[in-house]
Amino acid sequence: MEKERHVLVIFPHPDDEAFGVSGTISLHIDNGTPVTYACLTLGEMGRNMGNPPFANRETLPKIRRKELEAAAKVLGIQDLRMLGYRDKTVEFEDEELLANRLGTTIGEVNPSLIITFYPGYAVHPDHDATGAAVTRAVKELPADKRPKVHCVAFSNNCEEEIGQADIVNDVSTVADRKIAAIKAHTSQTQLMAANMEESLKNQEPEVMARIYNERFWTYKF
Amino acid sequence: MEPAVKETVQKEIDRLANKEVYIHLETTNGAYASHFDESFFSSGAYIRNAKLIYEHGKFTGKGPYRVGLKMNFGWVYAEGITHFEVDETGRLLLAGHDFSGKLAVALQISETPFE
Repeated sequence: MEKERHVLVIFPHPDDEAFGVSGTISLHIDNGTPVTYACLTLGEMGRNMGNPPFANRETLPKIRRKELEAAAKVLGIQDLRMLGYRDKTVEFEDEELLANRLGTTIGEVNPSLIITFYPGYAVHPDHDATGAAVTRAVKELPADKRPKVHCVAFSNNCEEEIGQADIVNDVSTVADRKIAAIKAHTSQTQLMAANMEESLKNQEPEVMARIYNERFWTYKF
Repeated sequence: MEPAVKETVQKEIDRLANKEVYIHLETTNGAYASHFDESFFSSGAYIRNAKLIYEHGKFTGKGPYRVGLKMNFGWVYAEGITHFEVDETGRLLLAGHDFSGKLAVALQISETPFE
C-alpha cells in the first residue's frame, strides 16, 4: 500500500467506515499517516433497535454517536468530524451546497487521498449522494491539486459496469482491529459481528475473503 | 421501549388530544431491501415535525396494533405497532418492530418539536 501524507474518509453513516475500510484505515495509521473521518449523519434512521428493543428513534442518534467515537478510538482516528446532516436525507440536499460544504472540509484537511463511496454504485441513496458530492468538490480543484479518490462500490451491477476494483488491500494483519471497529457499532452489528467472528474461526473462505480484502476503485476525473 | 399495552397507550393518546402537537411518522423497509432481494419493492415514507391538533385518537387491534388520529380536516394513522414508551420529556413514542427486531414503522407525538 502506498504511503499517504493524510487520508480523509468521507461517509454518511457511523459504521460505513467499519465494514469496508477499517482495515485500510488501520494500515494507514500504522504507517504514521493521519486519518480524518468526516461522517455526515448519525445514522438517525437505523432500523436495529435490539430485540427486545434497547433504543428508540429518539435515543438512537445519541447511542450511535458514542459508538462512532468508540470505533474511531479503536482505529486510532484522532480527527473525527460529525457534519450534522440527517440520515436518509442527504440525497435531497442542494447538491451544490453539499459539494461546497465537503469542499471546505477537503480544503482544511488537504488530504493526499480521499476514501468515499462510488457514486451510483453504492446501494444506499446517502452513499451515492455523498460520493457524488465528494467527486464534484474534487473535480472543481485544478487537476494538479486534486487528491486521489478511492471509492467503495458494492451494488449488484458494479463489476459489470465499472469493472474490477483496481486496488485491493490485504488487511488480514489488522483484522482484529477491523472486527473491533465493527463491534464498536454495537446497536447495528451485535448479531452480525458474532457470526463474523465464528466464520473466521472456522476459516470460511468466503467470509475470510470479504473481511481480509478491502476493494477500491480509483475515481477517474 | 416496552411491549404496547392498549389501555396505557390509549390514555397517553387521550392526554395529547386537542392540543398543538408535533408528529413523527415513518414507515421503512430499510435501504438495502432491494439490494438483498431484487424482487422486493422498496417503499417508505417519513414526516418529522408535522404540527397538528387531533380531536380524537384510537389505539386498536389485538397486537400488532393500529393507531388512528382524527383531525377536523384529516387523518393520521399507522399500523404494525408493537412497542411504546413515554420518554422523560413526556413524548409518546410508538414503534413497530419486525420479527428480527428491526424498526418498520414509527408514530411519535410530542408537545415540542423533535430535534
